[in-house]
Amino acid sequence: MDINSIRLHYEIPGDDFTIAGEASSNVKKMLNQLGIAPDIVKKTSIAMYEAEINAVIHAGGGEANIEITGEKITIVIKDNGPGIPDVELAMQEGYSTASDYVRELGFGAGMGLPNIKRYSDKLDIQTEVGKGTVVTIVVNIN
Amino acid sequence: MTVKEFAQKTGMKVLAGADSIEKEVTGVYVCDLLSWVISHAGKGNAWITVHTNLNIVAVAMLAEVSCIIIPEGIPVEEATLKRADQEGVIILGTDMSAYEVCANAAKYFEKVYT
Ligand SMILES: Nc1ncnc2c1ncn2[C@@H]1O[C@H](COP(=O)(O)OP(=O)(O)OP(=O)(O)O)[C@@H](O)[C@H]1O
Ligand SMILES: [Mg+2]
Repeated sequence: MDINSIRLHYEIPGDDFTIAGEASSNVKKMLNQLGIAPDIVKKTSIAMYEAEINAVIHAGGGEANIEITGEKITIVIKDNGPGIPDVELAMQEGYSTASDYVRELGFGAGMGLPNIKRYSDKLDIQTEVGKGTVVTIVVNIN
Repeated sequence: MTVKEFAQKTGMKVLAGADSIEKEVTGVYVCDLLSWVISHAGKGNAWITVHTNLNIVAVAMLAEVSCIIIPEGIPVEEATLKRADQEGVIILGTDMSAYEVCANAAKYFEKVYT
């Protein structure tokens, strides 16, 4: 594919659950504009949405950095939230510590991290309790 | 069948996204857990949910459903309708329960889960 590396940066506000998902929706539009194949756009935007929402509902917001090259899309979602004490447990379908309030909005199925795994080609989670979490998602193009 | 025909046949109201009303409906999907819907709803399904907050618009786009159906006459926030209009996401409203919508849909769609 004939595109040079594109870098995008978004702040993810942590105070408004109802507008969460702005960054991933913008990235989705950008990928469509670049003419990336629809199934790759779908995978990328689902994986990014889940990571973005997690930063909002579990960590008080954060930031997203995206790099798009001809080979792959790399998404890094970073927050300074509470961290994840047991990543293996958090990765299990159905595991959730979501509050009653965010459950009322429809979150808290414990499916976000499993969805990221399913829709990405590479998932890396660096996390430290009390410090924060960095989720790196790679989706290959082609 | 298009969303327009489906809405007409079952007497549902178009609350938002009227410009996109010719989208093809492939079946019906019912679930209120957003992350579950994202990975399980079939492309083109009509998605029934009781949630009315802004996030349903994002989820509908990610799951590539043909429309959102809000059952039981639940009022939908103005902000959600506005966003849906902007993004071309159709929201239908009905006084029917989710079960009644499905029972109606069963007449038109053989496979209601894809
Ligand atoms: N950025 C994060 N910071 C702190 N904890 C996190 C973060 N992301 C995930 N977690 C923890 O991992 C759990 C599982 O996350 P996952 O996204 O799978 O489910 P959920 O967000 O609880 O619900 P869903 O994504 O289905 O709405 C969360 O409930 C939370 O305890
Ligand atoms: Mg989640």
